[in-house]
Amino acid sequence: MRYRPLASAGVVTALVLALEVSCRAGLLKKSTIIPPSDMAASLWDLLASGVYSHAILLTLGNVAIASGISIAGGFVAGVAIHASAFFRRGIEPYLSAYYAVPTFIFYPVFVVLFGVGSGAIVAIAVMLAIVAMITATLNGMDRIPRVLTRTARVLRMPRLRAALLVQLPATTPYLFTGVRLSIAYAFIGVIASEFILSGDGLGYAIAYAYNNFENRTMYGLMLLIVVVVSVVNASLDILDRRLQARLRA
Amino acid sequence: MDGLEYAARLSGVTRVYGTASGPGSLHALGPVDLDLRLGEFFSVVGPSGCGKSTLLDVLAGLNPPSAGNAEFEGKPIRGVPDGIGVVFQEDASFPWLTVAANVAFGLRENGTDKAEIRRRVDYAIGFMGLTQFRDAYPAQLSGGMRQRVCIARTLVLQPRMILLDEPFGALDQQTRLLMGDELLRLWRETGATVLLITHSLDEAVMLSDRVGVMSARPGQFIDVIETGWPKDRDSRIVAAPRFGALNGRIWEKLRAETMKHMQTQGVAGP
Repeated sequence: MRYRPLASAGVVTALVLALEVSCRAGLLKKSTIIPPSDMAASLWDLLASGVYSHAILLTLGNVAIASGISIAGGFVAGVAIHASAFFRRGIEPYLSAYYAVPTFIFYPVFVVLFGVGSGAIVAIAVMLAIVAMITATLNGMDRIPRVLTRTARVLRMPRLRAALLVQLPATTPYLFTGVRLSIAYAFIGVIASEFILSGDGLGYAIAYAYNNFENRTMYGLMLLIVVVVSVVNASLDILDRRLQARLRA
Repeated sequence: MDGLEYAARLSGVTRVYGTASGPGSLHALGPVDLDLRLGEFFSVVGPSGCGKSTLLDVLAGLNPPSAGNAEFEGKPIRGVPDGIGVVFQEDASFPWLTVAANVAFGLRENGTDKAEIRRRVDYAIGFMGLTQFRDAYPAQLSGGMRQRVCIARTLVLQPRMILLDEPFGALDQQTRLLMGDELLRLWRETGATVLLITHSLDEAVMLSDRVGVMSARPGQFIDVIETGWPKDRDSRIVAAPRFGALNGRIWEKLRAETMKHMQTQGVAGP
């Protein structure tokens, strides 16, 4: 476990070097893929020029809004579903099968409702991300040790305070899993939606570069997304590990 | 409290889960009559599933009786009464709080001022031997230490009656004996009435002024035995000849009930 980050970095470095050598040696066509060093140089140029600053901010803004709505809405919905055993029995089979439905088929509905732009994109991303948070909330609430709930009762805590100060912290490790998944799905939802129904944002910029054979720009933007998602995920991973280390014996 | 002879009283208390006459109903307890004398240490022993924990729940106000009356300090028990502390068998420490914050939790909730919280928490942490762990999280402690945290969290609230539901059930025998000594010290120091639910006859005999022996389900008291120990006793009384005699007397009562329980569970007796 101690050497895991080192091993992961080693694997990535080896793959990047292999790709670099393959591209430079002409094993892979430049019209298909460019060397990673060119991708990095392209990314640097794109960031320095500021041409894509608006697209970057728009995409990250949409991801942040979709993540926020999904996390807050998924938590509230999870708590509400958990409160009613009858409702839960009715809805749980649909939650289990939810990800079998390709959410993007609903994009015409959202375009009609919100128009072409951020509204529809955020709606699709929320639709993709919220169920992960609902499921994590239900899972977390199912696993609150009964003894902690009884302790709150013995301490004569009002229900709301018990929910906030005992039940919520007890579910935190499970909620955090939901937060991570929701953010990941929000990224997928926003960028994929920008490909198909937007005239702006990083997804659109990648699609535009692809359609115009601007491989260097396309790979630079793709690298940017990979870097951002990796940094976000690694930060959440560190937070998660710290939390788990504190809570688990 | 003035003039009261009993901390708590149960009269004809019965607990039935599900509808009394309906299918799947379970008559868990009673009818039970019990007078807990002010300041005494009372233990309850009985076969598994006889309703010991249900009895504790009724006294704690966590589970209302289906019939009969339960009183604490002369008032009917409705919900968890003020002045009662409960220690459960399971680890009830809050894993996201440090030892000190765990111990202070109840005091913060009832609005005690900061200086008083600090004073009481320092005392309870010292009393339970947790001083060097005050900033540790429960995950960094052993099971026994975590149970001490739970006892300290109860102690700081200065309850007039402490209910313990097999608090040392998960600990090894040596640790149980030492924790028993600490519990006796706590009982003497606070003057609280203590009701202990336990499976261990040794623990019951060593710690208690009186031991209530319960029948197989639905649990009723078949005997209440006075131990006659001095108040300043400790675990060394296990070596006293009278200890074995008391133990034997309780086992005599309990043996038939335990066999009854085993038969209902489909386990062959001796």
